[in-house]
Amino acid sequence: MRGLLPVDAFRNAFPYRFLPFQFMRWSDKEYLLTNIVGESCFLQASDFTSFVQKTLSDSSCAYKELKSKHFLLDSDSKLPIELLATKYRTKKAFMEGFTRLHLFILTLRCDHSCHYCAASSVPANQSGYDMDRETAKRAVDLMLCCPSNSLKVEFQGGEPFLNFDTMSFICEYSEDRAAREKQLEYVVCTNLASLDKEKLDYLKQHSIFVSTSFDGPRFIHDENRRYCGGSSYDITVDKIKTVMTELGRDRISALMTASTLSIQHPQEIVDEYVKIGFESIFLRSIRPYGRSQVRESQYSVPEYLEFYHTALAYIIELNRHGIHIVEGFAQVLLGKILTPFATGFVDLQSPTGSGISFVAYNYDGNVYASDEARMLAKIGDETFRMGNVYSDSYSYIFGGSAIRALVDNSCVEVLPGCSECAFQVYCGADPIHNYTTHDDIVGHRPTSDFCQQNKGIIRLLLEYLHSGDEFTRHLFLSWVSPYNTGVGS
Amino acid sequence: MSSILRHLRINLFFPLTKNVIGRIVRAEIPAEARPDSILIAQFLDDDIDYSGYSGVLLESGIGPINHSMMVPSAFGIIESSHALTDGDVIAIQPSGMVRVLYRRESSHNDLFVTGRCNSRCIMCSQPPTESDDLDLLPDNLRTIELADKSTSTLGITGGEPTLLKEDLLNLIAHCNRHLPHTQLHLLTNGRLMQNEAYVKKLAAIALPNVTAAIPLYSDIDYEHDYIVQARNGFEQTVHGILNLARYKIPIELRIVIHKLNYLRLPQLVEFIYRNLTFTCHVALMALEPIGLAAGNMSILWVDPFDYRAQLREATRFLAARGLNVSIYNHQLCTVTEDVRSFCRQSISDWKVAYLPYCERCFYRSSCGGFFESAISRYHSTHIMPI
Repeated sequence: MRGLLPVDAFRNAFPYRFLPFQFMRWSDKEYLLTNIVGESCFLQASDFTSFVQKTLSDSSCAYKELKSKHFLLDSDSKLPIELLATKYRTKKAFMEGFTRLHLFILTLRCDHSCHYCAASSVPANQSGYDMDRETAKRAVDLMLCCPSNSLKVEFQGGEPFLNFDTMSFICEYSEDRAAREKQLEYVVCTNLASLDKEKLDYLKQHSIFVSTSFDGPRFIHDENRRYCGGSSYDITVDKIKTVMTELGRDRISALMTASTLSIQHPQEIVDEYVKIGFESIFLRSIRPYGRSQVRESQYSVPEYLEFYHTALAYIIELNRHGIHIVEGFAQVLLGKILTPFATGFVDLQSPTGSGISFVAYNYDGNVYASDEARMLAKIGDETFRMGNVYSDSYSYIFGGSAIRALVDNSCVEVLPGCSECAFQVYCGADPIHNYTTHDDIVGHRPTSDFCQQNKGIIRLLLEYLHSGDEFTRHLFLSWVSPYNTGVGS
Repeated sequence: MSSILRHLRINLFFPLTKNVIGRIVRAEIPAEARPDSILIAQFLDDDIDYSGYSGVLLESGIGPINHSMMVPSAFGIIESSHALTDGDVIAIQPSGMVRVLYRRESSHNDLFVTGRCNSRCIMCSQPPTESDDLDLLPDNLRTIELADKSTSTLGITGGEPTLLKEDLLNLIAHCNRHLPHTQLHLLTNGRLMQNEAYVKKLAAIALPNVTAAIPLYSDIDYEHDYIVQARNGFEQTVHGILNLARYKIPIELRIVIHKLNYLRLPQLVEFIYRNLTFTCHVALMALEPIGLAAGNMSILWVDPFDYRAQLREATRFLAARGLNVSIYNHQLCTVTEDVRSFCRQSISDWKVAYLPYCERCFYRSSCGGFFESAISRYHSTHIMPI
């Protein structure tokens, strides 16, 4: 029987080469490295220096970590590249099937007038702002041309329940037409004020998911969200509970939009969500569109980050005490950091989700790359209008100049300021936001609030994962476990 | 694995030239089923017709033989037959030794298809042989025909089964024909699965019954290669795994933990999660100190208690990611409390053993116990009743 061959007999004689990666100085002592498939690695500054000078010893832990995570290549084997390619395909799988999310702006009318409203709504009694059946039919026909086998229909407004006739028409017409060929999911984004028994039964019958807006305690919610029929807080809480009872807790989610008042009360807002029975909260800052653009800088990015930081720390503490609640935006980012998968979150993609992942059909038949593009058109700028359901074909709308310009200018891999960013793989591009804020589709990262805010939150999460306690690391893992559903669109 | 029972010897009356294989019965059966069966009777009875059986074994002595009686050539006295159950499949060898090929009551039945292997793992419990194993194939095909139709799982093991090439495919096809409801567990190092054409042929007959169980010992290529003592072993195995995944054959990964790889166990399972996400099951296993392992214990042995932190982290990581994970061959007292629910009673019923103070343990009946081979010399120094 032959003896054992020593370990050196199996080592590669090749000097190592770099595989693509980004890096940043994380602290005085450490560097963060990330690669195109979302794997990350913290290195001591001295190891990092040796690594880039190609003098890192192949028996060091740092070397093995870099090799295992495909930051370096030290053999002529094709396997590492093949594995990287597979992982890259998996990360970019959100592009499979092309446009999956279709927003139908059923009406601009609304019974609320929220001071941060981004939807350019009009009072509920106005006429001429509803989508009619013919427009809806043409929009559904276009939607069904999309190659994906599973599509998501999202009813938006204004307040979509104010045009319930067209909403039910779209459900029934699309169900009928898609029968067996495609799977359809329906979501209604509603303030719930006009939800009655008839509508509730309809939601149940057609398995329509409810997404609502809820800003927290009464003194914040009623200040942010003015309702023509009294206290929005009272009616919203009442209707949320009705939906939870009638349709199930897992059939409703809520978004909170942070106003200047909100950011002073992170804990009260989280407490209110827990009190009502939500197991998830999605914290969102005001975006500079629509009416919210009018008020000059409501709060700065650092102020928002402080709010987010406090709220997240509080959410972690609640979980530590056995109260199960997830923060939705962290959940999306953690999915990008901790899993090999793509997320379904269309607002943080490269290339941008606008147009290729989702599209908005306006009440008047115009098709926009996003809700924000619709807002721009409202003030006379039609740069991101992709076409019209009456006059344009599927191939023109989904293959025309508007969508091509968006894709060309929204790959973080090549955008100035993004291409070398260590957070690139966890982030995404928002060309329409760049256009709105900088008059330039490419934008300017050093002065971009979008960039500053995302970097702040990504850094915070990596900080927790790198130096947080074991409980927090496992909590974050549980948020991205396949058993934990509820990642918002 | 089939086992030779030393105390099960048969005194044959007539010399045999080849193995006689049959299914154990203890009562007379109709003539048409007899060629498949070996009848065990207490004594020879003049009034009974013994013709047509492939073998007849008597438990007590034999009286005067009536020479007009028709008996099969495999005819003899079996000294203690209590180890055999109706439905078991045995091979009576010309030497009089009995090999039990299949036990109806066991959930650990394996077809041992070859002793040859293209790797030479440091901790192999079944040292490879050089023989060509030509006689194993017909015995295995016969076992497949005779095994109970309700058998839930059957292992295919060696050696390295894929060295059989086309014969392995024929064997699996034979299982599909005779045991269509049995799940097959193919234990392979996966290296020859790098041949995509072979995997394609396998997939055509393997689905949905076959799971490939493949060992992966490190996320670092040369460390895995050292452990399996085969250059490019890591590359070939991972390529093989990717090919199997491409053809949708379910994959279980098996990690035997020892001194050479326990430190990177958390990194290894993260590598699996990131790169081989499609894996259906990961088994984290303690070493069985026999075969080649026995001679290499000085470089392999680490007290499982000393790697409980890595085992815990790896197990919790996989569970949180939704990957099925099991801990095999570990005693409950050597793993941390929060991962005890992942421990399985994985040691085959005929080679499991316990220590005297295990009798005082509350969890004795749910503990996987020890390898009989390990119990005298190699076990954790932290065994204690819990």
